[in-house]
Amino acid sequence: MSIWEYANPVRFIQTTDRILPWVTGATVVALIVGLFWGFFLTPDDYRQGSTVKIIYLHVPSALMAINAWLMMLVTSIIWIVRRHHVSALAAKAAAPVGVTMTLIALLTGAIWGQPMWGTWWAWDPRLTSFLILFIFYLGYMALWSAIENPDTAADLTSVLCIVGSVFAVLSRYAVNFWNQGLHQGATLSLDKEENIADVFYYPLLFCIAGFVLLFVALVLLRTRTEIRARRISALLAREARA
Amino acid sequence: MIALLRRDLALAFRSGGGFGLSLAFFLIVVTLVPFGVGPETGTLAVIAPGILWVGALLACLLSLDRIFQLDYEDGSLDLLATAPLPLEGIVAVKGVAHWLVTGLPLTLAAPVLGLLLSLPGPAYGWLMVSLLAGTPALSFLGTFGAALTVGLKRGGLLLSLLVLPLYIPTLIFGAETVRRAAEGLSPATPALLLTGVSAAVLALIPYAAAAAVRINLK
Repeated sequence: MSIWEYANPVRFIQTTDRILPWVTGATVVALIVGLFWGFFLTPDDYRQGSTVKIIYLHVPSALMAINAWLMMLVTSIIWIVRRHHVSALAAKAAAPVGVTMTLIALLTGAIWGQPMWGTWWAWDPRLTSFLILFIFYLGYMALWSAIENPDTAADLTSVLCIVGSVFAVLSRYAVNFWNQGLHQGATLSLDKEENIADVFYYPLLFCIAGFVLLFVALVLLRTRTEIRARRISALLAREARA
Repeated sequence: MIALLRRDLALAFRSGGGFGLSLAFFLIVVTLVPFGVGPETGTLAVIAPGILWVGALLACLLSLDRIFQLDYEDGSLDLLATAPLPLEGIVAVKGVAHWLVTGLPLTLAAPVLGLLLSLPGPAYGWLMVSLLAGTPALSFLGTFGAALTVGLKRGGLLLSLLVLPLYIPTLIFGAETVRRAAEGLSPATPALLLTGVSAAVLALIPYAAAAAVRINLK
């Protein structure tokens, strides 16, 4: 099995036909378990009270906001290098999902920040970086919708995605330089002995799994829609010529 | 390359567009700010570095869509693309021409506008230095944005949306340099970072911009 088999849209649709129900089902299960466990079965934090529970939306969505861009970067490079058509469409399909994740992270952060930090918004490096990421998503999507020829659009957005990634990372560190942070350090990391307390940790893992699956399911679904939309426009063009 | 540079400069000067216009725009932005925030010199002095940098950045943005648009419409961009000179070189020349017409005048005019905003004394030299180091990066990033949107009928607004986020690192380091100088701190670190970002942009962006031009000419 290699990704090149799925450069054929028919193969992609056939395979995702089989995978998609399972991914969707797993998404629903993981999200229900994670959110229910997180919201109702965990104790309140001794300092933050019940507001801590927004972590079950905030952390997974923030994680996926970045990973969605990363996935767009990889698929863009695959398209630029090897003209893998489904890859380009997957990048296009991922952008609205990614921008929604970014928005969820920003909004849940604001809702949490209001009672905890006493402000909806602070020009903290992490918050600012996410706002910048949000703007990058908007520019990427605007470029996609502005260009009529689909191959040109895929080419140009891929170049933008690659250059944009470099500048997004650069902005991240420039912003660090520009202002010191209010945001707490990483909640989860692989190289730390101790993360947050186990009671919060396990439901959070379920929520993260749920968001990852949700992202995969949405991207697969949207890619299929893109393939079909492309096919429709090809049919219409053929009809117009006949 | 020299010939192309001279051609672009001649076009910019004689069409009467870019040169004076972006300077005038810079002036009006700086003039509007005191109307918005009030005339207290103390307040103005605090925000002057940021205003000057943001103003210069917006003034730079104004003329970006003309970098490739006219050449694209009358077909000379196709001729340039088939010329023996590599497209990366052509893009770089376009960037340099844009900088000579906008970035350099903005840099020279900035201290005068700094006076209007009562920028503190030690910051003037660093204002010039930071603009001198930073505006080439703005012009070159602009060629990338212009290359992406050259095929579009009304690409101007989209161009701003694409280019402005790319300006963030340059703006942060540039304004920080002036701010530190204004407060009497050492501006060396942000100035060096600014120069580094700028040098990297000058070296690498022509490749990305040339790639975008090639895609648009296909």
